[in-house]
Amino acid sequence: MEPTVARRIPPGADGVPNGQPLLHVDRLSKDFGGLRAVNGCSFSVRSGSITGLIGPNGAGKSTVFGLISGFLRPDEGRVYLDGDDITGLPPHQVFRRGLCRTFQIPREHASLTVLENLMLVPPDQLGERFWNPLLRPLAVRRQERTIREKAQEVLEFLTLSHLRDEYAGTLSGGQKKLLELARTLMADPRIVLLDEPAAGVNPSLMARIREQLVQLNAERGITFLLIEHDIPLVMGLCDPVIVMNQGTKLAEGPPALVRGDPRVLEAYLGGQYGAADD
Amino acid sequence: MSDVALIKSLLLTIPLAFLVFRALPAGLALAARLPLALALGWTVALGVTLLVPTGVMSYLASFAIVGSIYAVIALGLNVQWGYTGLFNIGIAAFFAVGAFTSALFTTTAPTGVAAGFTQQAFGLGAPFLVGVLAAGVVAGVLAAVVGGPTLRLRDDYLAIATIGIAELVRLVFQNERWLANGPQPLRGIPQPLVCLVREAGCPWLPAPIMGLFAPLSPRDYTYVYLVITALFVIVTFMVLERAVRSPWGRLLRAVREEEDAAAMNGKDVARIKLQAFVVGAVIMGMGGALYAHYMVAIDYSHFDPLYATFLIWVMLMLGGSGNNRGAILGAFVIWGVWTGAAFAVDALRPALAAISPELPARGPYLRLLLIALLLIFILLFRPKGLIGEERFVSRHSGSREA
Ligand SMILES: Nc1ncnc2c1ncn2[C@@H]1O[C@H](COP(=O)(O)OP(=O)(O)OP(=O)(O)O)[C@@H](O)[C@H]1O
Ligand SMILES: [Mg+2]
Repeated sequence: MEPTVARRIPPGADGVPNGQPLLHVDRLSKDFGGLRAVNGCSFSVRSGSITGLIGPNGAGKSTVFGLISGFLRPDEGRVYLDGDDITGLPPHQVFRRGLCRTFQIPREHASLTVLENLMLVPPDQLGERFWNPLLRPLAVRRQERTIREKAQEVLEFLTLSHLRDEYAGTLSGGQKKLLELARTLMADPRIVLLDEPAAGVNPSLMARIREQLVQLNAERGITFLLIEHDIPLVMGLCDPVIVMNQGTKLAEGPPALVRGDPRVLEAYLGGQYGAADD
Repeated sequence: MSDVALIKSLLLTIPLAFLVFRALPAGLALAARLPLALALGWTVALGVTLLVPTGVMSYLASFAIVGSIYAVIALGLNVQWGYTGLFNIGIAAFFAVGAFTSALFTTTAPTGVAAGFTQQAFGLGAPFLVGVLAAGVVAGVLAAVVGGPTLRLRDDYLAIATIGIAELVRLVFQNERWLANGPQPLRGIPQPLVCLVREAGCPWLPAPIMGLFAPLSPRDYTYVYLVITALFVIVTFMVLERAVRSPWGRLLRAVREEEDAAAMNGKDVARIKLQAFVVGAVIMGMGGALYAHYMVAIDYSHFDPLYATFLIWVMLMLGGSGNNRGAILGAFVIWGVWTGAAFAVDALRPALAAISPELPARGPYLRLLLIALLLIFILLFRPKGLIGEERFVSRHSGSREA
């Protein structure tokens, strides 16, 4: 991707001047029983960037997402969003600070319709208070109409309109991934963590989504951190790219540099070279 | 036609007209729908009162009262389980606490000789509605105490905590004499509006209106109380329908389906669960109050797990969890099956005796067997119940926008 993209970002749309770290993780560690899934991992995500996070299976990428977004508590280390320490905050409070994530394995609300899955997302809806639908039905209805229109736009945008009234549980794997993405778009986030958004999505649609990510990044100043196994996609879209291996950051830099890094090749090609070197 | 039949039919018109109103197409203008519902409801009420023998009629009325009380409690469970997926297997706790609270609020503490026979912590002599509200509040507080710590944990903890609290509540009411007369029944719980059927009449009611009720005798009180419980079901139903077909209901269902995603969408899952749990318990508590004022005398044994928890679960499963109409339907159907089975077992007595002389005495267990079989059939062949959850629950999701 041309570096020109970065220059088109409206400076400071998310409150942090572009180029400054919006998200910073500091020496994160997480054990699962005896297994150290994340091991002293540190990196920053610059505001306004589309940062890639790659690494072989089991490197600890999804676990890092869980630690950042409040689903998992780190055993060690801190997470900072816009300079604030958000370590240990519950997920809904992390969300309120403008951080959204998707799950590698989609977690849709199966027996809600696709539309309702999206209408759920906007925070602080009037009608979420038990008494408002009873006491202020008109205000609730007005707000619902606005939210519905927004949801329909998002569906349109992700070519899911025809599935609007289907149960989310009946969607195909790829469609569920799109629904995950759609939900983040309902939230007006500052930063979105996407866990393998391309897996199971057909390539022509993925090309469109990719365009949209670039556009959201450029026009609305949303920062992205993207886990992806589709290396050409990452190399084309992301700058910088962070490489993780065995729970820690192995390398970071512009795609061209990372691609040439022998340690990265080693991590991807597996043990034989690594073992010899150690 | 006698005056008694007329006034009874007018009383019965209230619930029946509501049913008809709901059954008429929603597209019909209110100006047509309302009078039509009233007219049809009254016609049916009149027909029933005139054609059905008085004895059967009053049996049906008391059947409908208990059915309505169960319907209220099933509606409460529907908020907890049907919409939010909270596994409360201690319904009896909230049912009992509501019943005893309203009893204590509305009775007057005994004095003189009577105090030697009946002990109770207090007796405020408050009006019926105050008792019902107090029942809801106390049951709600109990739910907050139980749910507060457990709803943050894994689902199983709520189940364990609720089953525990139900036993605890029952033991407390059984053993603590000072509280609500312990193992002895707490008697003299006032019947609301009973003055309507009394000779002396209600002093606060204008004479012409009171005159309308003059033909009723005390044994017709059932009809008055039926109207009260039916109104209660109707109001609870309408309030819940509003609340559930809205973003609040969407939240509940989202939490039920996939907690993590709801949390990731910025929803405070623990708080939502607690809300649903408390709202459900408040309704159960008020249902308990309705029960107390119907029974007039209550004791701990009324709230055993079979009647006060298990049957209500079967009602919701059969009717359709996640559907308020289903909860009400299930309550009436299962209460019908349960009471009907008692008749059937009675009729079978000679046949059972022929098989083995000990069998008739065990007859009551046949009812349990029947309900258990029914539950298995529901789960196997109709897992969503008679009327399950609708696809478009929200009133605002477009496809149903009025
Ligand atoms: N909840 C858990 N309990 C136990 N072990 C876990 C848990 N979650 C992850 N792990 C383990 O931690 C390690 C890192 O997993 P993680 O999902 O973070 O890897 P990843 O980099 O996302 O891999 P992939 O590319 O396959 O998605 C793996 O060995 C995994 O088996
Ligand atoms: Mg992963």
